[in-house]
Amino acid sequence: MRDDKITKATTHISQNEGLIFEKSSPGKKAYRLAPLDVPEVDEQQLLGKAARQDLGNLPEVSEVEVIRHFTRMSTWNYAVDHGMYPLGSCTMKYNPRVNEFVARLDGLANAHPYQPEKASQGALRILKALSEQLIEITGMDAITLQPAAGAHGELTGILLMRACLESRGDARKKILIPDSAHGTNPATAAMVGYQVENLSSNQQGQVELSALEAQMNQDVAGLMLTNPNTLGVFDQQIGRIAEIVHAKGGLLYMDGANMNALVGKTRPGDFGVDVMHLNLHKTFSTPHGGGGPGSGPVACKKFMEPFLPVPVVIERADGTLGFEYNRPQAIGRVRMFYGNFGMLVRALAYIMANGPDGLRQTTEDAVLNANYIRKRLESTYDLPYKTPSMHEVVFSDKLQQQYGVKTGDIAKRLIDYGFHPYTVSFPLVVHGALMIEPTESESKEELDSFIDAMKAIAEECEKEPATVLNAPHNTRLSRLDEVTAARKPVLRWKPQQAKTAAE
Amino acid sequence: MLRAVGARSIDELFAPIPEQFRLKRELNIPPQMSEAEIVEWFRARAAETGHGYAMFLGAGAYNHYRPVVIDALISRGEFFTAYTPYQPEIAQGTLQSIFEFQTMICELTGMEVANASMYDGSTASAEALMMAIRLTGRGSALVARSVHPEYREVIRTYARYQGLPVKEVGFGDNGRVDLAALKKALTPETACLLIQSPNFFGTIEDVAELAEIVHKNGSLLVVSIAEALSLGVVKPPVEADIVAMEAQSFGIPLGFGGPYAGVIGTKERFVRQIPGRLVGETRDKNGKRGFVLTLSTREQHIRREKATSNICTNQALIALMANIFMSIYGRQGIKELAKQNLAKAAYARQQFAKHGKILFEGAPRFNEFVMRTKEDPYVISHRLADKRIIAGFPLIKFYPELGNAAVWCCTELNTRAQIDLASGEVR
Repeated sequence: MRDDKITKATTHISQNEGLIFEKSSPGKKAYRLAPLDVPEVDEQQLLGKAARQDLGNLPEVSEVEVIRHFTRMSTWNYAVDHGMYPLGSCTMKYNPRVNEFVARLDGLANAHPYQPEKASQGALRILKALSEQLIEITGMDAITLQPAAGAHGELTGILLMRACLESRGDARKKILIPDSAHGTNPATAAMVGYQVENLSSNQQGQVELSALEAQMNQDVAGLMLTNPNTLGVFDQQIGRIAEIVHAKGGLLYMDGANMNALVGKTRPGDFGVDVMHLNLHKTFSTPHGGGGPGSGPVACKKFMEPFLPVPVVIERADGTLGFEYNRPQAIGRVRMFYGNFGMLVRALAYIMANGPDGLRQTTEDAVLNANYIRKRLESTYDLPYKTPSMHEVVFSDKLQQQYGVKTGDIAKRLIDYGFHPYTVSFPLVVHGALMIEPTESESKEELDSFIDAMKAIAEECEKEPATVLNAPHNTRLSRLDEVTAARKPVLRWKPQQAKTAAE
Repeated sequence: MLRAVGARSIDELFAPIPEQFRLKRELNIPPQMSEAEIVEWFRARAAETGHGYAMFLGAGAYNHYRPVVIDALISRGEFFTAYTPYQPEIAQGTLQSIFEFQTMICELTGMEVANASMYDGSTASAEALMMAIRLTGRGSALVARSVHPEYREVIRTYARYQGLPVKEVGFGDNGRVDLAALKKALTPETACLLIQSPNFFGTIEDVAELAEIVHKNGSLLVVSIAEALSLGVVKPPVEADIVAMEAQSFGIPLGFGGPYAGVIGTKERFVRQIPGRLVGETRDKNGKRGFVLTLSTREQHIRREKATSNICTNQALIALMANIFMSIYGRQGIKELAKQNLAKAAYARQQFAKHGKILFEGAPRFNEFVMRTKEDPYVISHRLADKRIIAGFPLIKFYPELGNAAVWCCTELNTRAQIDLASGEVR
């Protein structure tokens, strides 16, 4: 195995660390409570048989142990702060620190959701400002900020479609979903009681118009479309698609996961979309946090506004802001309170820092970066769809498969080169997919370094496939046994494990 | 770079967007601002949002102290700028912390397994109810009226198009689920009863008794916990089949309602119907212990429309806050903290009782109590806000039969002086 082409990363000493429970010993503590200024109570007497006897195996550790425990564990993660994180469709862009700072300001971080409106005007002003700006960015007419994540936004959007169609007398039975769609789309449609009908894409990776025309009928509530789709392809027939769906009384839902390709260049509201969600943790730079929190606002056209979840922010006659709950046609609530407010603060800060020209340039840079990768790697990796790419590019492992190497192996070897892998084996319409989304955050130097790594790995596939097949080599742990993990699930620590852990 | 891709202009790359749909103007949003201006703008909004007030609001969001260690640790970019741990070799930090979180939730709730987190307590409750429907194959559900009203609204929204009637069961004079009404409402089609404990009035339900009644009917018991800290002194709902918990009390800022973190716990035998991510222990090729996302065949990216839920993103960073909080306070601290809450609320109840009627006296409670006043609670709330006191939550909108009642909360952060001042203002 030769590692001379690995330039971005070097292995270094990394601390071992057991589970927090394994560090615990009785009597250690990391807290001190203020002395009680009211009479002590006897919980046995107050609670009777509802009183708890003990707290089982919760740890007992000191403050410095807590700090070291989590610091050590953090060093085992790869993150955007380390470098390029080209997970396609996940839009892993830089998370600006000013966002974090303003979200933690006293007042914004400490406000109780039920405190009186007159003591909440600043928070309400933030909701209103973000709503207005997202409406302008999407070209829609109304918005709810309540959904907690993208899939939650999808649920909200399809509920809106259903409520709207029901108000016209027929909720209909089916939703059309292209085969390239993210798995949340069909799962969402099912949660709203719709049957899912698969829509095949054509050889350009776009919606096949004749198929859409054939399948779109009075039983179909609408089409759930990701645009650009998961191949990174903008559907050029979008105008026709909207017409076909609308002509049969259906509605067009857009999954806004790939909005980073569109902001400032085109607006879904202008190309016929009726309702859509945004992922603030993708397009608007709020951090992914190792898998959440997200935030998935849903924007819609005027005719769907009456169905938005309660409450909505309104301006009262005296100029103050408040929440309106009395909306008889609303779908109800999809979450308690008003959504992931802390993420909304961050997204607004991002929009303010960029302004109209900055947002447009962000989109342009994201698309340019993806096309640069495509151009530089298209002779090394198979490009199944030649249609122009927007913000991401999807290759396949067809050329490497002849050496017995698959997309998952290339991804693991990329880890040795100091990069987070691309999205593996998705979208499903491409066999052995490598889905690469660089985002605007990457410099040409970082992109070149990534491209060099991908080329070096392609060469390894040819000359020393075992190196790739057994990757990663330089990580704390080698490939993990996921089959046994699923077959004999161990989902929590138990005291008896302490012994084997010491091995 | 344009030259390298063979484009003459950046707009050439946007050629796939049909001409008539291209935006030919700048977006109509405010111009770029400097960092100093952004900070200034948000400081002004923060100043318009009351803080540093004496807080007597609970009702699903609790004002507990957050040790500074939490933000120091979650501000590490390795945690907050990482994605879902799809590549376990470079995500062990996130994975191990979730495994610890799952374990702590099991220890606290008395459940055998817990997931990696849900959006919040309200959606976790709705998903737990759907899970009970799948487990029993039955077609309707009961929800106690003493469950947080907004949780019930979310449950209604989730259940609405699944063809699942959700009926509500009332409460008795002690604030607990009305047992006679419950027995009458149970049918052979009842998949589950969903309760909250402590409930929206702060009353601790008799979980064992409810479980017995519900299980006799072949139904499941789902227990929702909105005030996680109660578990420091209150017996965990071990008799429940599913627990849906909101972890906000564990070091997560009030933050005007979010982000928080929900979590679902259950029995081992029900694990294949649990929604959301699960982290499991395994070994690498050299036999070293490590952690991976597991049992993903339940999930949307594999099962698509047949998945247990559409959930994808969860609340990993918020679950990490809760994990750090539980590590700091630990086995002794969570209990001591909970006892302080119990003592503060007990003292407050005595003081407030001098100025109004305490409702639901016949059952134990944790850190909340309901008081009926002569004055409209909204008037009280408005008046107290001017004195930098945030009053209890008026119940009239959701429980008109209780009249001028509000649910008040005291945590370890309410001082005796605050309690004396606030109770003196209530009439």
